[in-house]
Amino acid sequence: MQPANLFPLIVVLVAIAFALGYARSRALAAPLGGIRNLKSLPFYYAARAAMWCGLPALVVLACWLGFEGKVIQTLVVGGLPPELQPDSAGKASLVLSQISNVASGALSADFVPPAVAEAATRLTELRQSSQLLMTLLVVAIAVLGGFLAWLRIAPHINAREKFETTLRRIFFACAAVAILTTVGIVFSVIFETIRFFGKVPITEFLFGSSWSPQTAIRADQVGAEGAFGMIPLFVGTLLISVIAMVVAVPVGLLSAIYLSEYASKRMRGIVKPLLEMLAGVPTVVYGFFAALTVAPFISDLAKVLGLEASAESALAAGLVMGIMIIPFVSSLSDDVINAVPQSLRDGSLALGATQSETMKKVIFPAALPGIMGGILLAVSRAIGETMIVVMAAGLAANLTANPLDAVTTVTVQIVTLLVGDQEFDSAKTLAAFALGMMLFIVTLALNIIALHVVRKYREQYD
Amino acid sequence: MNSMNPSLSNENVQRDTAEPVPVDAREQPAESVIEYGKTVGTPFSDKPKFSLRDVEVYYGDSPAIKGISLDIAKNEVIAFIGPSGCGKSTFLRCLNRMNDSIDICRVKGQLELDGQDLYDPKRDVVELRARVGMVFQKPNPFPKSIYDNVAYGPRIHGLANRKSELDDIVENSLRKAGLWNEVKDRLDAPATGMSGGQQQRLCIARTIAVSPEVVLMDEPCSALDPIATARVEELIAELSESYTIIIVTHSMQQAARVSDRTAYFHLGHLVEVNETNKVFTTPEHELTESYITGRFG
Repeated sequence: MQPANLFPLIVVLVAIAFALGYARSRALAAPLGGIRNLKSLPFYYAARAAMWCGLPALVVLACWLGFEGKVIQTLVVGGLPPELQPDSAGKASLVLSQISNVASGALSADFVPPAVAEAATRLTELRQSSQLLMTLLVVAIAVLGGFLAWLRIAPHINAREKFETTLRRIFFACAAVAILTTVGIVFSVIFETIRFFGKVPITEFLFGSSWSPQTAIRADQVGAEGAFGMIPLFVGTLLISVIAMVVAVPVGLLSAIYLSEYASKRMRGIVKPLLEMLAGVPTVVYGFFAALTVAPFISDLAKVLGLEASAESALAAGLVMGIMIIPFVSSLSDDVINAVPQSLRDGSLALGATQSETMKKVIFPAALPGIMGGILLAVSRAIGETMIVVMAAGLAANLTANPLDAVTTVTVQIVTLLVGDQEFDSAKTLAAFALGMMLFIVTLALNIIALHVVRKYREQYD
Repeated sequence: MNSMNPSLSNENVQRDTAEPVPVDAREQPAESVIEYGKTVGTPFSDKPKFSLRDVEVYYGDSPAIKGISLDIAKNEVIAFIGPSGCGKSTFLRCLNRMNDSIDICRVKGQLELDGQDLYDPKRDVVELRARVGMVFQKPNPFPKSIYDNVAYGPRIHGLANRKSELDDIVENSLRKAGLWNEVKDRLDAPATGMSGGQQQRLCIARTIAVSPEVVLMDEPCSALDPIATARVEELIAELSESYTIIIVTHSMQQAARVSDRTAYFHLGHLVEVNETNKVFTTPEHELTESYITGRFG
């Protein structure tokens, strides 16, 4: 049976286990004088039976699916005659793909050596028997688990506690998935980064002021020395982020103040969703807005003013990114400003302060740490943003502070380094991982600072 | 004056004491025995600071204050008492227009301070609130230093030209609030680190730093322990020499201790206003009597 069909079967078995468990616990309770004499409610006995039925079966199913492929491959390759045994990892995958192509019918058996055709037949057989075995095993485990749990239903067993414990473990497992994924990402990046630093000295990467990742593919190639100094990229990122924040912080903050302090309920009901719609615009749409509308406008404007501006500029990307970030700043600031107790507003107003004085001297200082936290989160978002800068900032790694120049950012370079066919052992490709690592460290540090600031602020008037 | 049907209300009140009834039913007896806009006792004064006539307050469509007329004399201490939800805080907040910030709140009637209309559209609310200060139920010091809390009002209103003048105002206000000796060595410490009683006295100091003429107090002691309450009550007695004080309280002992006159509110009506002594010894209205003897509320 296909795994896709097996899963509904398990669900059905679980439902049956639940129903039977429920019936049995009620039946056991009846002679004792009702379910009040059970240690737990029938639901918990039933739920426990259902868990015993479903969980082990699902775990076995997952493990089987995880290891099935590898085991079958080993068996098939091991069965090949000695002269066909692969002597390297590359060969092995070639042989395997040949075998599986024959097995799936994409490649006719007439074109391959008889041993390979034989191996293909064996592969098909093994797959079939594996599936059969898996189905039997999983169903057996489900039935057995359910049956055991059903048998063990007894009035003195505290099924509720056990059910809760299992539930807690399931929740923990779910939380662990997110954490483990993060850890996995970090490690995969770390290893590639270490490999990169084996090829390019870390000092050159951290402090080098020129970025030109084209390395020579052949020894006799000229003009592609390769320079991996990240400074121009981080300066470009910084420049665009600063422009973005210069746009987003005042606009976002002031609109948050308007929304939370001045706008009437109706106005707020209209404006806030509209503002948050900005957050729903896909970044790629912002990207072509920046590239096709804002960038030409800026370059035309610069020409009118007699300035030199390239078609792609840091200013265009930064402005549009700033607009994208406005809802972050305004939404977070709005929450923080609203969290300032009404009693502080009343206290200030009752002293004869105007609304703007109250805002400036009481609400804003009280909310400032939280607002700072929100802004830092927005900054890390700006630094990590990719699509807008890919489309509007350009690729030239200029070390410049002129917003009218084309610059490039860390994220843009990562994209260009990894797009297309790449071999994964050149310094050029590995540089992407080192850049990713640096970016990760920077945003992580910003997030930690932001969380710390926000937490500190929480203590202030609680 | 007392023109309602006594038998009906007695019946209700007695039923109230005889057996516990749901809260809703407990609050029911009253409306029928109050005549709209009529107040027993001495609500009016010859030289009023506040002159309030036919005041009605609505939250949306539901009335919270139903036609109250009252005078408040200069330098008197008047206590507002009554069961929860009777409108005494709402009424208090009309006096410095703190209800303005509530969108759905509407105030009708004639409200005058020294003969000037409070709700005149041309009236400057800032000036009004500087003259009519307010102390709230829960101490609400700003998350600033003790000094900055007291200096807040004077700074906004430009009451001091030099630092030394501001220092004087802060010191005087803290002295009047009986807080100076406790805090003079730590004026730069955050106000939120003080005890609840100190915070409330700081809020009083903050209010009088603006030199208001009237101080409104909305249950100023409800969040304080008995010792802190006693301090605040002493303070009210001292302040009453120079300020008009209007205090909302749930403690009838407190009303009896600090006030000259007491006003009893019930379901948005002002039922009785009299000398405090009289209210607590020989109340004229049966509802007042029921309330102060603890039959409901």
